[in-house]
Amino acid sequence: MAPELKLSELAIGASAVVRAYPKSGEAFLRLREMGVLPGTTVTLVRTAPLGDPLEIKVRGYHLTLRRSEAAHVVVEPAQTAG
Amino acid sequence: MSAPGQPAGPSRTPVYALVGNPNCGKSTLFNALTGLKQKVGNYPGVTVEKKIGTAYSQHGLPLTVIDLPGTYSLAARSPDEAVTRDVLLGRRADTPQPDRILCIVDATNLERNLYLVHQILDLGRPVILVLNMMDLAARSGMEVRVGRLEHALGIPVIACEAVNGKGLIELKLAMSRPDLPLSRHAWDIPAAIAPAVTELQASLAAGEGKSPLIARAEALLLLTDQDSVRVAGSTPLNARTTEILRSWQERWAGQEIDWAGILVGSRYDAIGVLAANAVQAGPPAGRTTSDKIDAVVTHPVWGWLILIAVMTLIFLSIFTLAEYPMDWIGAQIAALTRGVKDVMPAGDLRDLVTDGAIAGVGTIVTFLPQILILFFFIGLLENTGYMARAAFIMDRLMSRVGLNGKAFIPLLSSYACAIPGIMATRTIEDPKDRLTTILVAPLMSCSARLPVYLLMIAALVPGDRVPLPTKVGLMLLMYALGTFGAFGFAWLFKRTLLKGAPPLMIMELPPYRLPGLKDVVLHMIQRAGLFLKRAGTVILGISIILWFLTTYPKGPGGVVSIDHSFAGAAGHAIEPLIKPIGFDWRIGIGLISSFAAREVFVSSTAVVFSVQNFNADDAHADLTPLREALRNAHWPDGRALFTPLVCLSLMIYYVFAMQCMSTIAVVRRETNSWKWPIFQTLYMTGTAWVLSFIVYQAGRGLGF
Repeated sequence: MAPELKLSELAIGASAVVRAYPKSGEAFLRLREMGVLPGTTVTLVRTAPLGDPLEIKVRGYHLTLRRSEAAHVVVEPAQTAG
Repeated sequence: MSAPGQPAGPSRTPVYALVGNPNCGKSTLFNALTGLKQKVGNYPGVTVEKKIGTAYSQHGLPLTVIDLPGTYSLAARSPDEAVTRDVLLGRRADTPQPDRILCIVDATNLERNLYLVHQILDLGRPVILVLNMMDLAARSGMEVRVGRLEHALGIPVIACEAVNGKGLIELKLAMSRPDLPLSRHAWDIPAAIAPAVTELQASLAAGEGKSPLIARAEALLLLTDQDSVRVAGSTPLNARTTEILRSWQERWAGQEIDWAGILVGSRYDAIGVLAANAVQAGPPAGRTTSDKIDAVVTHPVWGWLILIAVMTLIFLSIFTLAEYPMDWIGAQIAALTRGVKDVMPAGDLRDLVTDGAIAGVGTIVTFLPQILILFFFIGLLENTGYMARAAFIMDRLMSRVGLNGKAFIPLLSSYACAIPGIMATRTIEDPKDRLTTILVAPLMSCSARLPVYLLMIAALVPGDRVPLPTKVGLMLLMYALGTFGAFGFAWLFKRTLLKGAPPLMIMELPPYRLPGLKDVVLHMIQRAGLFLKRAGTVILGISIILWFLTTYPKGPGGVVSIDHSFAGAAGHAIEPLIKPIGFDWRIGIGLISSFAAREVFVSSTAVVFSVQNFNADDAHADLTPLREALRNAHWPDGRALFTPLVCLSLMIYYVFAMQCMSTIAVVRRETNSWKWPIFQTLYMTGTAWVLSFIVYQAGRGLGF
């Protein structure tokens, strides 16, 4: 298996499955309730013009989060891109 | 309170709560159900908008509908969300616990929307599920099987297109049913946390007399919501419940059990089963229209150009379109003043009405067109989905001073007028971020400062005509000062007074939608109405006080003379204070009277310096006589009063000083205390004095 990949390191357009993220912290509680859970597939859609925040697609809708939070989300690249 | 599922007593109108995620069409449905029969106010003690309307059942019976603030979860993160949670749980004394709940969801995005529904079903109240945007779901190739969802949940599920009124009759029929079934959706609480839920439930039921289901729902929330947001009006938890919660959390922490994760995960598992059963996904979606628009709108180059173009368009419309109604309102106020002068006998009472009440309120009403246009555009940006994109693009820059992208539109609006800007901060979830934005918004140079800047620039430059580069340069300098000031203070406040966790930028980017014009206009009118209603009394009061101060005591022969008035005395009294920044008592009078609104400085200066035939109400008035009068003004020792340095000092003073009672009234309303508007007035005016002092004294030192 490839070394640990973070959501913030994903290439634009790439999909990945969320594996783990910190249990506490308001950002992660919120992400969880917004449907980003271990096992959920997310796609990095784009970054904002200045490189931060990120826009991801999850469960059919679009969500933004900052790089600083995405850097704590461990993901596993999906088998096929897209 | 009536038992769940039973009709409310004949004497009482049944109360429906309307809940849903943001951007799912909730307001549109609320407007469609209630028409114009709405009352907009505030929940006591918090600055959360309370919207209550009346709808009619198919039998013509009135139904009360409460439009609760949009939320993604009952685990509240902001005061708005806390109100939604508290009303649903019956924890607010000022609002009856709803008899029935209307849950509206976006059919194109069922999974995340059902999360809230899933929490609400736990409450054991009768729920009607409204699947909105069925047309959009169909267009994207999804097939949402209403019957299957209805069967799985056991509650009425209504397909609906709120924008064009489809499904409303079916919804009203369901709302008219005398009895509604309770959900039969069974959901097993994960074994690891079930004992804790039971224990908390028992404690909540015993200690606070809650019904078993509400107690269970609340117990579940306590386990998701680690840092409960409490707002005024929420009932605090009892000590025993807090203790039970703490001991379970300690135990789980020791065993490395992620209780909240397990709970949320199991809800989403249950929702996944429901959605898989009810939704037949279409062919893998290619790029949707929203994706295509976003590729341009958030493009590294085009994105900026579009943002600049949109903002330019808004400001151009404010300054060009607002001029006509502003002139018209000005003329009406003048006519009203004349009318009153004709009817009432001359005397102090007449002057109180015309120069105090009408003039003061008139000042604010004149600005109403600008405020309305700004509210209209803010509503339009929110409705189309562009607001979220602007926040997305600007977030990086705003984060430099510790704010998030959502502060951008409120701050930008403040260049026209701080009032809509401050009222637009309600979209900022974090209370500290919101307060910071409110505190710095009035530093953005609003349109009421323009007349003051223009007069000072005219007085500053020798000769009859101000060279364009000088004028533009000085104007830009003032705008830049205000902007840097706002960001500097935001940075400072976020590091000291309002220190908190870095704000989050977890925000949905909703699909682009065509705006519902009716909703936007209604929202605009309600916002403006709230402003007039709440700020009106404060403005009226201060106007009358200002009138009194500038009228009494009268000069020799009973003639009104500002020099002899309290304001004149106050001008003299503050002269020692403002002399170090180059102002004399006459400018002091201008400062005091322009507290009503900054542009009043121009007209009161005209009075103080005895300029005849100067009509400050006329936007195109020639400044020449006033400028000449200012140039001829001297200190008693013969030095010129309005040296270029003093003009500059005065402009800088107006950039920073809090000189607007309407803003103070709105800040008082939005922060729900006098503490913050007073603090804001002191820090702004203090900064104004210090900077003017530095500029004036340094300039003097350099020989200007």
